[in-house]
Amino acid sequence: MPAPKSGSILRRPSRGTALISAALGLSLVLAGCGGSNVAGGGGGNPAASSQDCAPFAQYGDLSGTRVTIYTSIVSPEDQPHIDSYRPFEECTGAQIVYEGSKEFEAQLPVRVQGGSPPDIAYVPQPGLLNTLVTQNPGAVKPAPQAVVANVDQYYSETFKAAGSVDGTLYGAPLGSNVKSYVWYSPQEFTEKGYAVPQTWDEMVTLSNRIVADGGKPWCAGIGSGDATGWPLTDWLEDVMLRENGPEVYDQWVSHAIPFNDPRVVRALDRVGSILKNPDFVNGGLGDVASIATTTFQDGGLPILDGTCYMHRQANFYAANFPEGTDISENGQAFAFELPSINQGGQQTILVGSEFVAAFSDRPEVQAFQAYLSSPEWANAKARAGSDLGQSGWISANTGLDPNNLSNPIDRLSAEILQDQNNTFRFDGSDLMPAAVGSASFWRGMTDWITGQSTTDSLNYIEQSWPGSS
Amino acid sequence: MTLLDKLLQLLVAVAVFAAVMGVVLLVADRARGRRTDLVSGLAFVAPAVLLLVIGLLYPASRTAAQSFLDASSANFVGLDNYIRIFTQPDLVIVLRNTLLWVVIAPILSTAIGLVYAVLVDRTRFEAFAKALIFLPMAISLVGASIIWKFVYAYRPNQQNIQQIGLVNQVLVWLGFEPVNFILAEPWNNLLLIVVIIWIQAGFAMTLLSAAIKAIPSDIIEAARLDGVGGVRLFFYITLPSIRPAVVVVITAISIAVLKVFDIVRTMTGGQFGTSVVANEFYLQSFRLSDLGMGSALAMILFVLVVPIVIYNVRQMRKVDAR
Repeated sequence: MPAPKSGSILRRPSRGTALISAALGLSLVLAGCGGSNVAGGGGGNPAASSQDCAPFAQYGDLSGTRVTIYTSIVSPEDQPHIDSYRPFEECTGAQIVYEGSKEFEAQLPVRVQGGSPPDIAYVPQPGLLNTLVTQNPGAVKPAPQAVVANVDQYYSETFKAAGSVDGTLYGAPLGSNVKSYVWYSPQEFTEKGYAVPQTWDEMVTLSNRIVADGGKPWCAGIGSGDATGWPLTDWLEDVMLRENGPEVYDQWVSHAIPFNDPRVVRALDRVGSILKNPDFVNGGLGDVASIATTTFQDGGLPILDGTCYMHRQANFYAANFPEGTDISENGQAFAFELPSINQGGQQTILVGSEFVAAFSDRPEVQAFQAYLSSPEWANAKARAGSDLGQSGWISANTGLDPNNLSNPIDRLSAEILQDQNNTFRFDGSDLMPAAVGSASFWRGMTDWITGQSTTDSLNYIEQSWPGSS
Repeated sequence: MTLLDKLLQLLVAVAVFAAVMGVVLLVADRARGRRTDLVSGLAFVAPAVLLLVIGLLYPASRTAAQSFLDASSANFVGLDNYIRIFTQPDLVIVLRNTLLWVVIAPILSTAIGLVYAVLVDRTRFEAFAKALIFLPMAISLVGASIIWKFVYAYRPNQQNIQQIGLVNQVLVWLGFEPVNFILAEPWNNLLLIVVIIWIQAGFAMTLLSAAIKAIPSDIIEAARLDGVGGVRLFFYITLPSIRPAVVVVITAISIAVLKVFDIVRTMTGGQFGTSVVANEFYLQSFRLSDLGMGSALAMILFVLVVPIVIYNVRQMRKVDAR
């Protein structure tokens, strides 16, 4: 060992010290790798729980295993999710690690391509699921047999198809939304003597009556950061369904007919007859163009002030009313189904859902997937949400008992989803390729509401369809 | 994440550092003979070079390669992505906006900072006045965007409705109709640019003020004796003396402006014709999974920044050499 050079400020460490520190460091690195955010108090001894574990016997003993979940559902909506995993954790011994991120949609493909996907991701759009499956062969695992059986038994065909790619089921639906709602104030309606419209024409007649009474019947807001425009895609989809029926709607969504087909032009013009009518909008929020700059969260709030009477938005809008708002049949806010346009036609409901995609086929992951697609989970989730006083969550699982939902609007939504007489169609923009469904469709609708013509807007979206230019 | 997890991660990070240093010192220690300096030098430089290659060179070359591939990075499409950027109308708007930002923001921030620095120089309120314009620099771009979003906020002129936006409230007080500013294309771009000027003017003022104070006082005295004062003193003496500092400030702000993303994303999300290259690059890569287009936009940003960086480095050397 040479003597330290004179004048050097630091004493050189002996070789032994350096070796030890290197080895220590490495072992600490290896020991320290691992996740965080452990959900619930699970992972204990399966026998020590107070839970009735009979329904979980089929999953076997999963002690010592863990399943990681990645989702866009963040606080406070994540708590009932985490709570709803407890029975599974207590009875099987598996540990569920929950991670929510608002940048989920951008981050998930990065994680998948980077080779570090979570075990399970809750994918909010079928289009994104499709992209993940087709762009990363083998990354997304097909749903296991138990999940397929659950989906066949408890979900309608629309939901199964939306979770499938090329006929293979990849994701079972998790939570669902009823989108074809018009929010209104039952108290205000009673006070003014207005009745809930049963047909589109009645709705227009009511709007005109409100104008004659000196009010602005409709309010809307489509601002949503870089997703600005999506509430208008729902509007167009709803009217497409009601005006042209589910078959034409399917052709439009799958691009069997062009995006700017004359029937679509007619449907968008019908949306415009309400939203681009300066007499009808934008109650309490400004002129027609203010729809573009009002956030979707604020869009329906004027209903509570009486400066607006109707607001078309999904069931989850319930969460945007201030705490303490009475959301019920005779309360300050409630919703009715967007009425049908053609008399006698079947009522078609626009729905949305997130899907459980798995990137791993370990037994505990498949068991958890099966649990999430079962009525046991749907009911556990409903109870967990009700216990916390939350609303806005429902499942399309027909095994869900609506009585487990504490909120009237949630109960109504669950009943609509379970009504065998309803036809369902999945949110079209979520099904379309990302270049359309989460880009040009949004931008086109935003330009349309700020003054661009119907034809120009639809032509712009049509030319952006992949492979059509 | 629990506190324990965080502490553990901290410990791991420290351990990694110790491990790397241990290896480096070990290697440096083994060096023998005449090449001792070379080997120990390499041992110390190697980790940095390695990290640069992994973190910078490799991704950069991959991005360059990907910009010639299609959305799924599977097929070679040649210059298609670049051609689309320069021909597709909404992407051309993105380029136009980026140009607007790069031309207007650095010049205005520097000008405002310079004028401000000259005006408050050696006054009684100098420290206070400087603090005033420097404060916005402490605010993040996202925070600043939210503040300005409220400044521009719009509510209709209707009964029971209160304005919440500063500008519109002033307009209403003056008897005008409130305006939905964010929607007014292409002027809304200027309203967004105001945010970065608000932040960067303080930076420009600080550097330029220091440069002004560094002008030898005998030069100024000589000029005054020759009867030069006021505006002429500024144009004949002050400005030429601090020219290198002005260039450094302009180029530094230009680079910051080329990368601007937070402001656009927070205020408009790129809607209403306000998207810029950095925002569009994020959108294409991560929202639309079009890696080819995203990479091509990133390359354009890279090509635009490089000459400015080179020029900036050369100017800094000149400043240092003085």
